[in-house]
Amino acid sequence: MIEIKNLTKQFGTLTAVKDLTFEVPEGQVLGFLGPNGAGKSTTMKMVAGFLTPTSGSISVCGFDIETHPIEAKRAMGYLPEGAPGYGEMTPSQFLNFVADVRGLSGEHRQRRCEQVIEQLHLRNVLHQSIETLSKGFRRRVGLAQALVHDPKVLILDEPTDGLDPNQKHEVRELIAHLSKDKIVVISTHILEEVEAVCDRAIIIASGRLLADATPEELEAKSIYHNAVSLAVAELDDAVEAVSQLSDVLKVEVARESRRLIAIPRAGKSPYGAIAELSRQKGWAVDELAVERGRLDEVFRQITTGTEGVGGRT
Amino acid sequence: MNQVLKIFRREIASYFATPVAYVFIVIFLILAGAFTFYLGGVGFYERGQADLLPFFSFHPWLYLFLVPAISMRLWAEERKSGTIELLLTLPVTMFQAVLGKFLAAWAFCAIALLLTFPIWISVNYLGDPDNGVILASYLGSLLMAGGFLAIGSCISAATRNQVVAFILTVVVCFGFLLSGIPLVLDAFRGWLPQALVDAVASLSFMTHFGAISKGVLDLRDLLFFVMVIVFWLVANAIVIDLKKAD
Repeated sequence: MIEIKNLTKQFGTLTAVKDLTFEVPEGQVLGFLGPNGAGKSTTMKMVAGFLTPTSGSISVCGFDIETHPIEAKRAMGYLPEGAPGYGEMTPSQFLNFVADVRGLSGEHRQRRCEQVIEQLHLRNVLHQSIETLSKGFRRRVGLAQALVHDPKVLILDEPTDGLDPNQKHEVRELIAHLSKDKIVVISTHILEEVEAVCDRAIIIASGRLLADATPEELEAKSIYHNAVSLAVAELDDAVEAVSQLSDVLKVEVARESRRLIAIPRAGKSPYGAIAELSRQKGWAVDELAVERGRLDEVFRQITTGTEGVGGRT
Repeated sequence: MNQVLKIFRREIASYFATPVAYVFIVIFLILAGAFTFYLGGVGFYERGQADLLPFFSFHPWLYLFLVPAISMRLWAEERKSGTIELLLTLPVTMFQAVLGKFLAAWAFCAIALLLTFPIWISVNYLGDPDNGVILASYLGSLLMAGGFLAIGSCISAATRNQVVAFILTVVVCFGFLLSGIPLVLDAFRGWLPQALVDAVASLSFMTHFGAISKGVLDLRDLLFFVMVIVFWLVANAIVIDLKKAD
Protein backbone atom coordinates (compact mmCIF):
# COMPACT_ATOMS: atom_id res chain seq x y z
CA MET A 1 0.00 0.00 0.00
CA ILE A 2 1.26 3.44 -0.91
CA GLU A 3 -0.48 6.37 0.73
CA ILE A 4 0.21 9.86 -0.52
CA LYS A 5 -1.38 12.74 1.33
CA ASN A 6 -1.38 16.38 0.27
CA LEU A 7 1.99 15.99 -1.35
CA THR A 8 3.57 19.26 -2.44
CA LYS A 9 7.02 20.00 -3.78
CA GLN A 10 8.36 23.43 -4.46
CA PHE A 11 11.62 24.36 -6.15
CA GLY A 12 12.09 28.00 -5.23
CA THR A 13 9.02 29.71 -6.63
CA LEU A 14 8.12 26.84 -8.94
CA THR A 15 5.52 24.41 -7.65
CA ALA A 16 6.35 21.10 -9.28
CA VAL A 17 3.78 19.03 -7.43
CA LYS A 18 0.70 20.53 -5.85
CA ASP A 19 -1.42 18.93 -3.17
CA LEU A 20 -1.47 15.42 -4.59
CA THR A 21 -3.46 12.82 -2.66
CA PHE A 22 -3.98 9.22 -3.70
CA GLU A 23 -3.56 5.64 -2.56
CA VAL A 24 -2.34 2.60 -4.39
CA PRO A 25 -3.59 -0.72 -2.98
CA GLU A 26 -1.74 -4.01 -3.26
CA GLY A 27 -1.88 -5.77 -6.58
CA GLN A 28 -2.43 -2.64 -8.61
CA VAL A 29 -0.45 -1.45 -11.60
CA LEU A 30 -0.76 2.30 -11.66
CA GLY A 31 0.11 4.31 -14.74
CA PHE A 32 1.29 7.80 -14.07
CA LEU A 33 0.55 10.00 -17.05
CA GLY A 34 1.22 13.57 -17.87
CA PRO A 35 2.94 15.83 -20.36
CA ASN A 36 6.66 16.49 -19.94
CA GLY A 37 7.30 18.65 -16.91
CA ALA A 38 3.99 17.69 -15.31
CA GLY A 39 5.65 16.55 -12.09
CA LYS A 40 5.63 12.80 -12.73
CA SER A 41 9.32 12.26 -12.09
CA THR A 42 9.34 14.64 -9.15
CA THR A 43 6.52 12.68 -7.53
CA MET A 44 8.29 9.39 -8.14
CA LYS A 45 11.55 10.75 -6.76
CA MET A 46 9.73 11.73 -3.59
CA VAL A 47 8.05 8.33 -3.28
CA ALA A 48 11.40 6.61 -3.80
CA GLY A 49 12.86 8.73 -1.01
CA PHE A 50 15.30 10.74 -3.09
CA LEU A 51 13.67 14.14 -2.82
CA THR A 52 12.13 15.45 0.36
CA PRO A 53 8.57 16.77 0.03
CA THR A 54 7.98 20.43 0.84
CA SER A 55 4.82 19.34 2.61
CA GLY A 56 2.53 16.36 2.82
CA SER A 57 3.35 12.77 3.57
CA ILE A 58 4.16 9.54 1.79
CA SER A 59 3.92 6.15 3.37
CA VAL A 60 5.05 2.93 1.70
CA CYS A 61 3.95 -0.39 3.21
CA GLY A 62 3.17 1.45 6.41
CA PHE A 63 6.54 3.19 6.66
CA ASP A 64 6.64 6.95 6.40
CA ILE A 65 9.36 7.83 3.91
CA GLU A 66 10.62 10.70 6.06
CA THR A 67 10.60 9.12 9.50
CA HIS A 68 11.46 5.53 8.46
CA PRO A 69 13.32 5.97 5.18
CA ILE A 70 15.43 2.81 5.41
CA GLU A 71 12.47 0.48 5.98
CA ALA A 72 10.48 2.17 3.23
CA LYS A 73 13.40 2.00 0.79
CA ARG A 74 13.88 -1.68 1.57
CA ALA A 75 10.35 -2.40 0.42
CA MET A 76 10.85 -0.59 -2.88
CA GLY A 77 12.62 -1.15 -6.15
CA TYR A 78 13.24 2.02 -8.11
CA LEU A 79 14.21 2.66 -11.69
CA PRO A 80 15.21 6.34 -11.94
CA GLU A 81 14.53 8.35 -15.07
CA GLY A 82 17.09 7.54 -17.74
CA ALA A 83 18.11 4.29 -16.00
CA PRO A 84 21.45 5.46 -14.62
CA GLY A 85 24.13 2.92 -13.78
CA TYR A 86 27.78 2.92 -12.84
CA GLY A 87 29.46 3.01 -16.25
CA GLU A 88 32.68 1.27 -15.32
CA MET A 89 30.91 -1.72 -13.75
CA THR A 90 29.61 -4.72 -15.61
CA PRO A 91 25.91 -5.66 -15.24
CA SER A 92 27.03 -8.66 -13.20
CA GLN A 93 29.04 -6.53 -10.74
CA PHE A 94 26.33 -3.90 -10.64
CA LEU A 95 23.54 -6.35 -9.83
CA ASN A 96 25.66 -7.99 -7.18
CA PHE A 97 26.41 -4.63 -5.61
CA VAL A 98 22.75 -3.62 -5.49
CA ALA A 99 21.72 -7.04 -4.17
CA ASP A 100 24.46 -6.79 -1.55
CA VAL A 101 23.36 -3.35 -0.33
CA ARG A 102 19.77 -4.57 -0.43
CA GLY A 103 20.81 -7.18 2.11
CA LEU A 104 20.67 -10.32 -0.03
CA SER A 105 23.49 -12.75 0.65
CA GLY A 106 24.94 -16.10 -0.26
CA GLU A 107 22.92 -18.49 -2.34
CA HIS A 108 19.78 -16.40 -2.21
CA ARG A 109 21.62 -13.48 -3.82
CA GLN A 110 23.04 -15.77 -6.47
CA ARG A 111 19.60 -17.13 -7.26
CA ARG A 112 17.91 -13.74 -7.43
CA CYS A 113 20.64 -12.32 -9.68
CA GLU A 114 20.35 -15.33 -11.99
CA GLN A 115 16.60 -14.90 -12.09
CA VAL A 116 16.59 -11.23 -13.12
CA ILE A 117 19.37 -11.90 -15.63
CA GLU A 118 17.08 -14.51 -17.22
CA GLN A 119 13.99 -12.32 -17.00
CA LEU A 120 15.65 -9.40 -18.72
CA HIS A 121 17.86 -11.36 -21.13
CA LEU A 122 21.13 -9.92 -19.89
CA ARG A 123 23.14 -13.12 -20.23
CA ASN A 124 25.13 -11.99 -23.28
CA VAL A 125 26.24 -8.64 -21.86
CA LEU A 126 26.95 -9.71 -18.29
CA HIS A 127 30.66 -9.00 -18.45
CA GLN A 128 30.67 -5.92 -20.63
CA SER A 129 30.97 -2.54 -18.92
CA ILE A 130 27.64 -0.71 -18.64
CA GLU A 131 28.92 2.39 -20.44
CA THR A 132 29.46 0.34 -23.61
CA LEU A 133 25.91 -1.03 -23.63
CA SER A 134 23.14 0.18 -25.90
CA LYS A 135 20.28 2.25 -24.50
CA GLY A 136 17.96 -0.75 -24.49
CA PHE A 137 20.36 -2.90 -22.52
CA ARG A 138 21.04 -0.13 -20.02
CA ARG A 139 17.33 0.23 -19.43
CA ARG A 140 17.07 -3.50 -18.83
CA VAL A 141 20.01 -3.45 -16.42
CA GLY A 142 18.18 -0.66 -14.57
CA LEU A 143 15.03 -2.77 -14.44
CA ALA A 144 17.02 -5.76 -13.25
CA GLN A 145 18.47 -3.82 -10.32
CA ALA A 146 15.01 -2.61 -9.36
CA LEU A 147 13.69 -6.18 -9.37
CA VAL A 148 16.64 -7.99 -7.84
CA HIS A 149 15.39 -8.03 -4.25
CA ASP A 150 11.85 -8.97 -5.31
CA PRO A 151 10.35 -5.83 -3.79
CA LYS A 152 6.75 -5.33 -2.76
CA VAL A 153 6.63 -1.97 -4.47
CA LEU A 154 8.12 -1.10 -7.83
CA ILE A 155 8.56 2.50 -8.91
CA LEU A 156 9.52 2.62 -12.57
CA ASP A 157 10.15 5.95 -14.26
CA GLU A 158 9.63 5.43 -17.98
CA PRO A 159 10.61 1.77 -18.00
CA THR A 160 10.25 1.23 -21.75
CA ASP A 161 11.83 4.43 -23.00
CA GLY A 162 14.51 3.61 -25.56
CA LEU A 163 13.48 0.01 -26.06
CA ASP A 164 12.55 -1.40 -29.46
CA PRO A 165 8.98 -2.68 -29.97
CA ASN A 166 9.92 -6.28 -29.12
CA GLN A 167 11.68 -5.25 -25.94
CA LYS A 168 8.78 -3.01 -25.00
CA HIS A 169 6.47 -5.94 -25.39
CA GLU A 170 8.70 -8.11 -23.20
CA VAL A 171 8.94 -5.52 -20.45
CA ARG A 172 5.17 -5.10 -20.47
CA GLU A 173 4.75 -8.85 -20.22
CA LEU A 174 7.18 -8.84 -17.34
CA ILE A 175 5.27 -6.13 -15.49
CA ALA A 176 1.96 -7.84 -16.20
CA HIS A 177 3.26 -11.12 -14.79
CA LEU A 178 4.75 -9.81 -11.58
CA SER A 179 3.03 -11.51 -8.73
CA LYS A 180 -0.37 -10.20 -7.84
CA ASP A 181 0.43 -8.83 -4.40
CA LYS A 182 2.85 -6.24 -5.75
CA ILE A 183 2.33 -2.58 -6.38
CA VAL A 184 3.76 -1.21 -9.59
CA VAL A 185 3.82 2.48 -10.38
CA ILE A 186 5.03 3.33 -13.87
CA SER A 187 5.30 6.73 -15.41
CA THR A 188 5.00 6.96 -19.13
CA HIS A 189 3.85 9.13 -21.94
CA ILE A 190 3.16 6.14 -24.17
CA LEU A 191 -0.57 5.68 -23.94
CA GLU A 192 -0.72 2.22 -25.44
CA GLU A 193 1.37 1.14 -22.48
CA VAL A 194 -1.35 2.22 -20.10
CA GLU A 195 -3.89 0.14 -22.00
CA ALA A 196 -1.51 -2.78 -22.09
CA VAL A 197 -0.44 -3.04 -18.45
CA CYS A 198 -2.22 -0.63 -16.12
CA ASP A 199 -5.26 -1.26 -13.93
CA ARG A 200 -5.55 2.39 -13.22
CA ALA A 201 -4.28 5.65 -14.64
CA ILE A 202 -3.58 8.95 -12.98
CA ILE A 203 -3.16 11.97 -15.18
CA ILE A 204 -1.34 14.97 -13.82
CA ALA A 205 -0.36 18.25 -15.40
CA SER A 206 1.41 21.23 -13.82
CA GLY A 207 1.72 19.16 -10.66
CA ARG A 208 -2.01 18.70 -10.14
CA LEU A 209 -4.10 15.58 -10.32
CA LEU A 210 -6.52 15.89 -13.24
CA ALA A 211 -7.92 12.41 -13.61
CA ASP A 212 -7.86 9.15 -11.71
CA ALA A 213 -9.64 6.29 -13.41
CA THR A 214 -9.24 2.92 -15.10
CA PRO A 215 -8.04 3.01 -18.71
CA GLU A 216 -11.56 1.90 -19.76
CA GLU A 217 -13.18 4.76 -17.89
CA LEU A 218 -10.77 7.16 -19.53
CA GLU A 219 -11.57 5.73 -22.93
CA ALA A 220 -15.24 6.25 -22.18
CA LYS A 221 -14.55 9.97 -21.88
CA SER A 222 -13.29 10.02 -25.44
CA ILE A 223 -15.52 11.49 -28.12
CA TYR A 224 -14.54 8.38 -30.06
CA HIS A 225 -16.06 6.13 -27.40
CA ASN A 226 -18.65 3.98 -29.24
CA ALA A 227 -17.79 5.72 -32.50
CA VAL A 228 -18.38 3.53 -35.53
CA SER A 229 -15.79 3.08 -38.20
CA LEU A 230 -17.22 2.09 -41.59
CA ALA A 231 -15.18 1.21 -44.66
CA VAL A 232 -17.40 1.15 -47.67
CA ALA A 233 -17.20 1.44 -51.49
CA GLU A 234 -20.02 4.01 -51.78
CA LEU A 235 -18.32 6.46 -49.45
CA ASP A 236 -20.08 9.67 -50.47
CA ASP A 237 -23.54 8.13 -50.18
CA ALA A 238 -22.65 6.67 -46.83
CA VAL A 239 -21.36 9.98 -45.45
CA GLU A 240 -24.55 11.65 -46.56
CA ALA A 241 -26.83 9.02 -45.04
CA VAL A 242 -24.94 8.44 -41.77
CA SER A 243 -24.83 12.18 -41.04
CA GLN A 244 -28.63 12.16 -41.01
CA LEU A 245 -28.84 9.60 -38.17
CA SER A 246 -30.05 11.07 -34.89
CA ASP A 247 -27.38 9.40 -32.71
CA VAL A 248 -24.53 10.71 -34.85
CA LEU A 249 -22.91 13.99 -33.84
CA LYS A 250 -20.62 14.30 -36.83
CA VAL A 251 -18.82 12.25 -39.41
CA GLU A 252 -15.09 12.24 -40.13
CA VAL A 253 -13.92 11.05 -43.50
CA ALA A 254 -10.64 9.43 -44.49
CA ARG A 255 -10.79 9.23 -48.30
CA GLU A 256 -7.58 7.35 -48.96
CA SER A 257 -8.75 4.38 -46.89
CA ARG A 258 -12.39 4.83 -48.06
CA ARG A 259 -13.50 5.01 -44.49
CA LEU A 260 -15.79 7.17 -42.38
CA ILE A 261 -15.92 7.52 -38.64
CA ALA A 262 -19.27 8.38 -37.09
CA ILE A 263 -18.83 10.17 -33.78
CA PRO A 264 -21.86 9.58 -31.56
CA ARG A 265 -23.77 12.09 -29.47
CA ALA A 266 -22.91 11.80 -25.79
CA GLY A 267 -24.06 8.50 -24.35
CA LYS A 268 -25.38 7.13 -27.66
CA SER A 269 -24.22 4.13 -29.63
CA PRO A 270 -25.02 4.35 -33.35
CA TYR A 271 -23.64 0.94 -34.34
CA GLY A 272 -27.01 -0.76 -34.73
CA ALA A 273 -28.47 2.07 -36.77
CA ILE A 274 -25.49 2.19 -39.12
CA ALA A 275 -25.49 -1.58 -39.58
CA GLU A 276 -29.18 -1.47 -40.39
CA LEU A 277 -28.68 1.43 -42.79
CA SER A 278 -25.93 -0.28 -44.76
CA ARG A 279 -28.03 -3.42 -45.13
CA GLN A 280 -31.02 -1.43 -46.39
CA LYS A 281 -28.93 0.46 -48.92
CA GLY A 282 -27.04 -2.61 -49.98
CA TRP A 283 -23.58 -1.02 -49.63
CA ALA A 284 -20.47 -3.10 -50.18
CA VAL A 285 -19.14 -2.95 -46.63
CA ASP A 286 -15.47 -3.89 -46.10
CA GLU A 287 -15.42 -3.22 -42.41
CA LEU A 288 -17.77 -2.08 -39.71
CA ALA A 289 -16.41 -1.70 -36.19
CA VAL A 290 -17.04 0.06 -32.88
CA GLU A 291 -14.19 2.06 -31.34
CA ARG A 292 -13.51 1.86 -27.62
CA GLY A 293 -12.22 5.37 -27.43
CA ARG A 294 -8.86 6.99 -27.92
CA LEU A 295 -6.68 7.58 -24.90
CA ASP A 296 -4.43 10.05 -26.69
CA GLU A 297 -7.40 12.23 -27.46
CA VAL A 298 -8.67 12.00 -23.85
CA PHE A 299 -5.18 12.77 -22.66
CA ARG A 300 -5.01 15.90 -24.79
CA GLN A 301 -8.48 16.95 -23.78
CA ILE A 302 -7.67 16.57 -20.08
CA THR A 303 -4.19 18.03 -20.00
CA THR A 304 -4.90 21.01 -22.21
CA GLY A 305 -8.35 21.73 -20.80
CA THR A 306 -8.66 24.24 -18.02
CA GLU A 307 -10.49 22.15 -15.49
CA GLY A 308 -10.05 18.61 -14.34
CA VAL A 309 -12.33 15.75 -15.24
CA GLY A 310 -13.75 14.17 -12.13
CA GLY A 311 -12.71 10.58 -11.83
CA ARG A 312 -13.27 7.89 -9.31
CA THR A 313 -11.97 8.56 -5.85
CA MET B 1 28.93 0.04 9.31
CA ASN B 2 28.16 -2.96 7.13
CA GLN B 3 26.53 -0.75 4.52
CA VAL B 4 29.54 1.59 4.61
CA LEU B 5 31.75 -1.37 3.83
CA LYS B 6 29.64 -2.41 0.85
CA ILE B 7 29.79 1.07 -0.66
CA PHE B 8 33.50 1.22 0.16
CA ARG B 9 34.14 -2.01 -1.74
CA ARG B 10 32.28 -0.86 -4.82
CA GLU B 11 34.08 2.47 -4.84
CA ILE B 12 37.57 1.12 -4.43
CA ALA B 13 36.95 -1.49 -7.14
CA SER B 14 35.81 1.28 -9.46
CA TYR B 15 39.15 3.10 -9.08
CA PHE B 16 40.97 0.07 -10.33
CA ALA B 17 38.43 -0.62 -13.08
CA THR B 18 39.49 2.60 -14.81
CA PRO B 19 42.91 4.06 -15.65
CA VAL B 20 42.42 6.64 -12.87
CA ALA B 21 44.09 4.47 -10.25
CA TYR B 22 47.14 3.57 -12.31
CA VAL B 23 47.73 7.05 -13.68
CA PHE B 24 47.39 8.55 -10.23
CA ILE B 25 49.69 6.09 -8.51
CA VAL B 26 52.40 6.30 -11.16
CA ILE B 27 52.36 10.10 -11.25
CA PHE B 28 52.32 10.30 -7.47
CA LEU B 29 55.31 7.99 -7.13
CA ILE B 30 57.31 9.71 -9.88
CA LEU B 31 56.67 13.19 -8.48
CA ALA B 32 57.28 12.14 -4.89
CA GLY B 33 60.61 10.63 -5.95
CA ALA B 34 61.62 13.51 -8.21
CA PHE B 35 60.83 16.17 -5.61
CA THR B 36 62.74 14.33 -2.94
CA PHE B 37 65.92 13.97 -4.94
CA TYR B 38 65.98 17.08 -7.11
CA LEU B 39 64.11 19.89 -5.40
CA GLY B 40 64.43 21.54 -2.03
CA GLY B 41 67.86 23.12 -2.13
CA VAL B 42 69.87 20.42 -0.46
CA GLY B 43 69.21 17.04 -2.03
CA PHE B 44 68.38 13.80 -0.34
CA TYR B 45 71.99 12.57 -0.39
CA GLU B 46 73.77 15.90 0.11
CA ARG B 47 72.14 16.46 3.47
CA GLY B 48 74.12 13.57 4.82
CA GLN B 49 71.30 12.63 7.15
CA ALA B 50 69.40 9.38 7.25
CA ASP B 51 65.85 10.69 7.42
CA LEU B 52 62.88 11.27 5.10
CA LEU B 53 62.33 14.97 5.79
CA PRO B 54 62.98 16.01 2.15
CA PHE B 55 60.49 13.36 1.07
CA PHE B 56 57.69 14.39 3.41
CA SER B 57 58.21 18.13 3.08
CA PHE B 58 56.81 18.02 -0.47
CA HIS B 59 53.72 16.02 0.37
CA PRO B 60 51.52 19.07 1.05
CA TRP B 61 52.32 20.40 -2.44
CA LEU B 62 51.82 17.07 -4.12
CA TYR B 63 48.49 16.62 -2.40
CA LEU B 64 47.41 20.12 -3.30
CA PHE B 65 47.06 19.04 -6.94
CA LEU B 66 46.71 15.30 -6.80
CA VAL B 67 44.10 14.88 -4.07
CA PRO B 68 41.58 17.22 -5.76
CA ALA B 69 42.04 15.09 -8.88
CA ILE B 70 40.66 12.16 -6.92
CA SER B 71 38.01 14.00 -4.95
CA MET B 72 36.59 15.96 -7.90
CA ARG B 73 34.74 12.93 -9.26
CA LEU B 74 33.43 11.62 -5.93
CA TRP B 75 30.00 13.25 -6.07
CA ALA B 76 30.13 15.36 -9.22
CA GLU B 77 30.19 12.20 -11.31
CA GLU B 78 27.33 10.63 -9.37
CA ARG B 79 25.28 13.75 -9.96
CA LYS B 80 26.16 14.00 -13.62
CA SER B 81 25.40 10.37 -14.42
CA GLY B 82 22.32 10.28 -12.21
CA THR B 83 23.59 7.37 -10.15
CA ILE B 84 23.25 9.55 -7.05
CA GLU B 85 19.53 8.91 -7.33
CA LEU B 86 20.17 5.20 -7.37
CA LEU B 87 22.61 5.29 -4.49
CA LEU B 88 20.43 7.40 -2.22
CA THR B 89 17.30 5.33 -2.84
CA LEU B 90 19.09 2.18 -1.73
CA PRO B 91 18.53 1.39 1.95
CA VAL B 92 21.56 3.40 3.11
CA THR B 93 21.67 6.59 5.10
CA MET B 94 23.21 9.71 3.69
CA PHE B 95 26.08 9.49 6.12
CA GLN B 96 26.82 5.87 5.22
CA ALA B 97 27.06 6.88 1.58
CA VAL B 98 29.30 9.88 2.30
CA LEU B 99 31.53 7.89 4.61
CA GLY B 100 31.80 4.87 2.32
CA LYS B 101 32.87 6.98 -0.63
CA PHE B 102 35.26 9.07 1.44
CA LEU B 103 36.91 6.05 3.05
CA ALA B 104 37.40 4.41 -0.33
CA ALA B 105 39.13 7.51 -1.68
CA TRP B 106 41.22 7.73 1.47
CA ALA B 107 42.19 4.07 1.31
CA PHE B 108 43.20 4.65 -2.27
CA CYS B 109 45.51 7.49 -1.16
CA ALA B 110 46.87 5.19 1.52
CA ILE B 111 47.73 2.60 -1.11
CA ALA B 112 49.59 5.19 -3.17
CA LEU B 113 51.39 6.36 -0.05
CA LEU B 114 52.34 2.83 0.98
CA LEU B 115 53.85 2.23 -2.43
CA THR B 116 56.53 4.78 -1.59
CA PHE B 117 58.06 2.14 0.71
CA PRO B 118 61.23 1.70 -1.42
CA ILE B 119 62.38 5.11 -0.20
CA TRP B 120 61.99 3.92 3.36
CA ILE B 121 63.99 0.76 2.57
CA SER B 122 66.67 2.89 0.89
CA VAL B 123 67.13 5.17 3.84
CA ASN B 124 67.31 2.21 6.20
CA TYR B 125 69.89 0.58 3.93
CA LEU B 126 71.98 3.72 3.73
CA GLY B 127 71.90 4.71 7.36
CA ASP B 128 70.17 4.35 10.66
CA PRO B 129 67.09 6.60 10.61
CA ASP B 130 64.59 7.11 13.41
CA ASN B 131 61.80 4.85 12.17
CA GLY B 132 59.45 6.22 14.80
CA VAL B 133 59.66 9.66 13.21
CA ILE B 134 59.15 8.14 9.76
CA LEU B 135 56.07 6.27 10.94
CA ALA B 136 54.70 9.44 12.50
CA SER B 137 55.34 11.30 9.27
CA TYR B 138 53.49 8.69 7.23
CA LEU B 139 50.59 8.96 9.65
CA GLY B 140 50.62 12.75 9.44
CA SER B 141 50.80 12.61 5.65
CA LEU B 142 47.84 10.27 5.49
CA LEU B 143 45.80 12.45 7.84
CA MET B 144 46.60 15.49 5.76
CA ALA B 145 45.51 13.66 2.60
CA GLY B 146 42.26 12.81 4.44
CA GLY B 147 41.72 16.48 5.24
CA PHE B 148 42.21 17.50 1.61
CA LEU B 149 39.93 14.68 0.49
CA ALA B 150 37.13 15.65 2.86
CA ILE B 151 37.29 19.24 1.57
CA GLY B 152 37.29 17.98 -2.02
CA SER B 153 34.43 15.58 -1.40
CA CYS B 154 32.27 18.37 -0.02
CA ILE B 155 33.04 20.69 -2.91
CA SER B 156 32.47 17.90 -5.41
CA ALA B 157 28.96 17.48 -4.00
CA ALA B 158 28.16 21.08 -4.80
CA THR B 159 28.61 20.80 -8.57
CA ARG B 160 28.14 18.35 -11.39
CA ASN B 161 31.16 19.72 -13.21
CA GLN B 162 34.37 17.98 -12.26
CA VAL B 163 36.63 20.76 -13.54
CA VAL B 164 34.87 23.30 -11.36
CA ALA B 165 35.17 20.91 -8.42
CA PHE B 166 38.89 20.47 -9.09
CA ILE B 167 39.71 24.17 -9.28
CA LEU B 168 37.62 25.17 -6.26
CA THR B 169 39.14 22.35 -4.23
CA VAL B 170 42.68 23.40 -5.12
CA VAL B 171 41.91 26.97 -4.08
CA VAL B 172 40.27 26.02 -0.78
CA CYS B 173 43.02 23.50 0.00
CA PHE B 174 45.63 26.12 -0.81
CA GLY B 175 43.96 28.45 1.69
CA PHE B 176 44.03 25.75 4.37
CA LEU B 177 47.57 24.76 3.55
CA LEU B 178 48.94 28.24 3.88
CA SER B 179 46.57 29.87 6.32
CA GLY B 180 49.58 30.57 8.53
CA ILE B 181 51.39 32.87 6.08
CA PRO B 182 50.86 36.60 5.48
CA LEU B 183 49.41 36.06 1.98
CA VAL B 184 46.35 34.51 3.56
CA LEU B 185 46.38 36.24 6.94
CA ASP B 186 46.58 39.76 5.51
CA ALA B 187 43.31 39.12 3.75
CA PHE B 188 41.67 38.72 7.14
CA ARG B 189 43.73 41.09 9.27
CA GLY B 190 41.96 44.24 8.10
CA TRP B 191 38.48 43.26 9.23
CA LEU B 192 38.77 40.46 11.75
CA PRO B 193 39.74 40.79 15.40
CA GLN B 194 43.17 39.42 16.27
CA ALA B 195 41.74 36.39 18.06
CA LEU B 196 40.01 35.26 14.88
CA VAL B 197 43.08 35.94 12.77
CA ASP B 198 44.98 33.67 15.15
CA ALA B 199 42.23 31.10 14.77
CA VAL B 200 42.63 31.24 11.00
CA ALA B 201 46.38 30.88 11.39
CA SER B 202 45.90 27.82 13.55
CA LEU B 203 43.99 26.10 10.74
CA SER B 204 47.16 25.76 8.70
CA PHE B 205 47.69 22.20 7.47
CA MET B 206 51.35 23.04 7.02
CA THR B 207 51.92 23.88 10.69
CA HIS B 208 50.17 20.77 11.96
CA PHE B 209 51.76 18.46 9.42
CA GLY B 210 55.16 20.04 10.10
CA ALA B 211 54.81 19.28 13.79
CA ILE B 212 53.86 15.64 13.18
CA SER B 213 56.59 15.05 10.61
CA LYS B 214 59.21 16.25 13.06
CA GLY B 215 58.18 13.26 15.12
CA VAL B 216 56.27 15.28 17.69
CA LEU B 217 53.08 13.26 17.98
CA ASP B 218 50.94 15.82 19.75
CA LEU B 219 47.35 14.65 20.20
CA ARG B 220 46.18 18.13 19.24
CA ASP B 221 47.75 17.89 15.79
CA LEU B 222 46.17 14.50 15.16
CA LEU B 223 42.86 15.72 16.50
CA PHE B 224 43.07 18.75 14.26
CA PHE B 225 43.04 16.64 11.10
CA VAL B 226 40.32 14.36 12.44
CA MET B 227 38.18 17.41 13.20
CA VAL B 228 38.80 18.84 9.74
CA ILE B 229 37.70 15.55 8.18
CA VAL B 230 34.59 15.27 10.34
CA PHE B 231 33.62 18.88 9.76
CA TRP B 232 33.87 18.67 5.97
CA LEU B 233 32.11 15.33 5.77
CA VAL B 234 29.17 16.65 7.77
CA ALA B 235 29.14 19.68 5.47
CA ASN B 236 29.30 17.23 2.57
CA ALA B 237 26.14 15.43 3.70
CA ILE B 238 24.34 18.75 4.16
CA VAL B 239 25.38 19.99 0.72
CA ILE B 240 24.11 16.82 -0.96
CA ASP B 241 20.83 17.12 0.88
CA LEU B 242 20.39 20.73 -0.17
CA LYS B 243 21.43 20.29 -3.78
CA LYS B 244 19.80 16.96 -4.57
CA ALA B 245 17.10 18.50 -6.67
CA ASP B 246 19.25 20.35 -9.21
